[in-house]
Amino acid sequence: MSNNKSKFWTFKMAWRDSRSNRSKLFLFMAAIIVGVAAQVAITSFRANLNSSIESQAKELLGADLEVERNAPFQPELQEVLDSLGGDVSTGLEFNSMAFFPTSGTTRLSQITALEGGFPYYGELVTEPASAAAVYQQNGSALVDEPIMRLFGVEPGDSVKIGQLTYKIEGAIIEIPGQPVAASFFGPRIFIPKENVEETGLLQRGSRLEYVSLHKFPEGTDMAAVEDRLDKLRDQHNIRFGFDTVREREEEVGEAIMYLSNFLNLIGFIALLLGGIGVASSIFVYIRQKINTVAVLRCVGVSSNQALSIYLIQATAMGLLGSLLGALLGSAVQLYLPVLVQDFLPVDIDLYISWASIFIGIGTGVIISVLFALFPLLAVRKISPLFSLRTIDINLNELLSNSTKLILGATLAIFITGYAWLMLGEFLPALYFTLGLAACLILLTGFAKLIMIGSRKFLRAGFSYEWRQGLANLYRPNNQTTTLLLTFGLGVTMISSLYLTQDMLLDQIDFGDQRDLPNLALYDIQNDQNEGVNQIITSNGHDILQNVPIVTMRLQEINGMTTEEVDDDTTRNARGWALNREYRSTYRDSLLPTETLEAGEWIGSVASRDELVPVSVEQDLLEDLDAVIGDTLTWDVQGIPIKTYIASSRTVKWDQPSPNFFVVFPAGVLENAPQFYATTINTTSRDASLILQQDIVQSFPNVSAIDVGQVLETVRAFIDKITFVIQFIGLFSIITGLIVLAGSAATSRFQRIREAVLLRTLGASKKQVIKIQVIEYVLLGVMASITGLILSIGASTLIAQFYFDITFVPNFYIIGIEIIILTALVLLIGLSNTRGVHNRPPLEVLRAEAA
Amino acid sequence: MNKPLFMSVSFKIKKTVSNILEVQQLYRKFKSGSKILTVVDDINFSIQEGISCAIVGPSGSGKTTLLGLCAGLDRPTSGTVSLNGIPLNPLSEDERAKVRNEHVGFVFQTFQLVPTLTALENVMVPLELRGDATKEVRERAQELLESVGLGDRTHHYPTQLSGGEQQRVAIARAFINQPKILFADEPTGNLDTETGEYIEDLIFDLNEKQGTTLVLVTHDLELAKKCNRIIKLKNGQVSEDSFTELEPETAAEKSL
Repeated sequence: MSNNKSKFWTFKMAWRDSRSNRSKLFLFMAAIIVGVAAQVAITSFRANLNSSIESQAKELLGADLEVERNAPFQPELQEVLDSLGGDVSTGLEFNSMAFFPTSGTTRLSQITALEGGFPYYGELVTEPASAAAVYQQNGSALVDEPIMRLFGVEPGDSVKIGQLTYKIEGAIIEIPGQPVAASFFGPRIFIPKENVEETGLLQRGSRLEYVSLHKFPEGTDMAAVEDRLDKLRDQHNIRFGFDTVREREEEVGEAIMYLSNFLNLIGFIALLLGGIGVASSIFVYIRQKINTVAVLRCVGVSSNQALSIYLIQATAMGLLGSLLGALLGSAVQLYLPVLVQDFLPVDIDLYISWASIFIGIGTGVIISVLFALFPLLAVRKISPLFSLRTIDINLNELLSNSTKLILGATLAIFITGYAWLMLGEFLPALYFTLGLAACLILLTGFAKLIMIGSRKFLRAGFSYEWRQGLANLYRPNNQTTTLLLTFGLGVTMISSLYLTQDMLLDQIDFGDQRDLPNLALYDIQNDQNEGVNQIITSNGHDILQNVPIVTMRLQEINGMTTEEVDDDTTRNARGWALNREYRSTYRDSLLPTETLEAGEWIGSVASRDELVPVSVEQDLLEDLDAVIGDTLTWDVQGIPIKTYIASSRTVKWDQPSPNFFVVFPAGVLENAPQFYATTINTTSRDASLILQQDIVQSFPNVSAIDVGQVLETVRAFIDKITFVIQFIGLFSIITGLIVLAGSAATSRFQRIREAVLLRTLGASKKQVIKIQVIEYVLLGVMASITGLILSIGASTLIAQFYFDITFVPNFYIIGIEIIILTALVLLIGLSNTRGVHNRPPLEVLRAEAA
Repeated sequence: MNKPLFMSVSFKIKKTVSNILEVQQLYRKFKSGSKILTVVDDINFSIQEGISCAIVGPSGSGKTTLLGLCAGLDRPTSGTVSLNGIPLNPLSEDERAKVRNEHVGFVFQTFQLVPTLTALENVMVPLELRGDATKEVRERAQELLESVGLGDRTHHYPTQLSGGEQQRVAIARAFINQPKILFADEPTGNLDTETGEYIEDLIFDLNEKQGTTLVLVTHDLELAKKCNRIIKLKNGQVSEDSFTELEPETAAEKSL
């Protein structure tokens, strides 16, 4: 007995048997194409991104070292930096209003006053290209291109920053290391550092960042440099921040890894759904083969051989599907950068990542085989006896429970392993698998409930067409549950995103409320306050709050200096709380947005010679590891002021109003150097813009936060991000549609026979079509509802436990989703029975049987 | 026809007694709800090599179940079955499949051709399973199809053949491995009278030419009378077991 020849026969048989079924088999496997495509696209993209970052690493920083501090550098720091040698550029970064006289418009911008040859790596791309090289010596400015385009401003026009008016030398197209999206939060403007004081913006209390950027000679030991700076920080407790190329690379690499892993997992879900589709289709396929297998067993085929025949077919199709998926994925990969380019700090070099392709194909084949095994293993149990009798066999029952369990466990292990590879940690991978399993179980449960419920519901007194349409969903060999599952999961993912996004945006949408400010002004100097208020009121707007702000630093707590407190290991005070520059206010009463937690509110004192009672924000109290009654000594711009903690408050931080960690009573700080912040409710957007322009013209150092604009920016930003995620989530829906097409194709002959039978019995074409429409509409609606129930549940949980808000479902979104999905399902379903209605019944049957 | 080009490698236990099928104290019981149905109730018989035997009985008498047990497709509740001297009970499913491949041929009421294979390919299956050289197998299959009158339809699929034609292909398949014993379950049940007779003649013809033992399950008494022996079943038991006048040795002369 030649075993090899026998094996050869198995292959031959697999090939021959597939001849009449090729298109069907292929459609089954098409379910995994999309999943594999998603995998390959994302993995390739990540590979491309990582290699781009590696090759452009230095451009991430534009220098070898970047040092920053929100105050001038300490002498010790400066000494070390000077000793390092190399080229240096220094700069000041701050936010300020920029006024464009050409268009009369203003915008809060990110200003960098630079001196030196930065960037040392990569290019500051400007239009015209020469602008970057000459702006410093010409004393002119470079302005972000988007804002220039928005306001219709050209190079040669001017921009007024503070007191100084600059000529715009050119438009900024690209800054090394910064993604285009950075300009979302305020256009970037470069001005020479040389005479920046003349802008009048470097007053006390302005938020300034001091920066120095270094380029060292080739071959410098950067690790040694890092060491020196670390030592400086630790030993002398000197606070500053620094970044090297290596660190920046790591940071960016990490961020990319998280994002791509996340996207990969979502794509993986699409692949798993495809697997479910495969299992379901092969299930139906094998049912039709039971007779054939039984006969083959009669003539001598062993049970393993019988299994092998169909396993070969499944694997071949899995391979084919994966190959096509990989091809598609490589094409999609070319499109992905377009989606996310704005968020990337480097340009992406595109190339074919063969590793990603092989991994994608391998994963696809493994998934399709694993899922196909569920129905295929039952083939071994098909007894030759079935050839003698036509017994109604439930394939499911042919498999022993232990086999199903083993198969299920293998699948779970594979999924967890893959997720582990993606996420890098075991526990999250396990949670992923468990979460997915829970989702699928829940969805299946819902699907079954809905099917049972719809049966009961439609039984009562509905017309024949409705009952028949519904009954069709239960026909033998139906894949309704699978379809509900795949669609349901896709719907769950996409609509959870929509609903959550909607809910979040709702939270911050307070632009329309009367008593909430929609414009906030700050950096108003003491002597400017009156003038600003006058402009506001003369423009007809309401001033909601006008608060004084005094900057100070914490010197001592209960007699110990902040350094001592920091070093004291018995105390748990946070470094940032001890060392930050505080902006405090003074007033005689609590605001409506504040709640007294403990202690006593003391609104005013006679003089500051005695211990001044202050009110501290609740969380800050914990971060300082302090209690009511502790004394705090403040350095208010050179003058020490002793205070004690009289009370603690909770503050609502989510309102666009100035909120303070520390509030002084009236009678202490009135004469301290201070500046003001004012919140206004403007009557309209246009009025708000006019007001901003008025103010900036007279007081160019005053900055304005336009809440409406911020909201728009945030909205646009969130939209972009969620779009990317939804794009990947779309793959699940597409997989569901493919499974639907496969299922419809499989049952085509059966449906045609039914349609023909009905026509023979006297039904009109319209009635027959109506039944089919009803069937698919019901399917679409049921699938949508299944997915939506779960997504509403998910959104509620997210709202409750993560964001601590109440979730109110947006029925508009829900309604649209149901309609779109149902339309898609209907389209696919109806295109399946095309050509049936116009020909005589017998002709149709004969044509299909051939 | 030539002697087969292959010899069975295993199961060489061939007894000198020429009983091709031995059934002893055979029982087959099924559980139906809380009741136990005894479909085959203590059946005993032996069938000699070369003869044709009909198993008849009304519907529900257990004939098809008995056939399944004799062919090794099913396991008895108790009792033994030996095919060609090989006891079937101790064999696994795959071992039984091998036995079938080497010694048994089947003809079914519903033809049971593999719908995705051509007529020729269907006939070739039993020999291809053994790993015989494809060219020779194909030639032999071609010959067989010609001998049943379908030499020009070899590349047609079952759906392109009429019932009678399908059954002829099935017969060709059943005989290609030169089985010792042929089991036929209502071979003419789905055919009209004329085609049915043609099929019957074919089967008996090949039975004589190759000396294959024939076990025929049928409720058609006319067909049964054409066999050497008739075993009548009633309620799962043998109610009558008789030979028609002719002895096995002269059965070969009968058809001349």
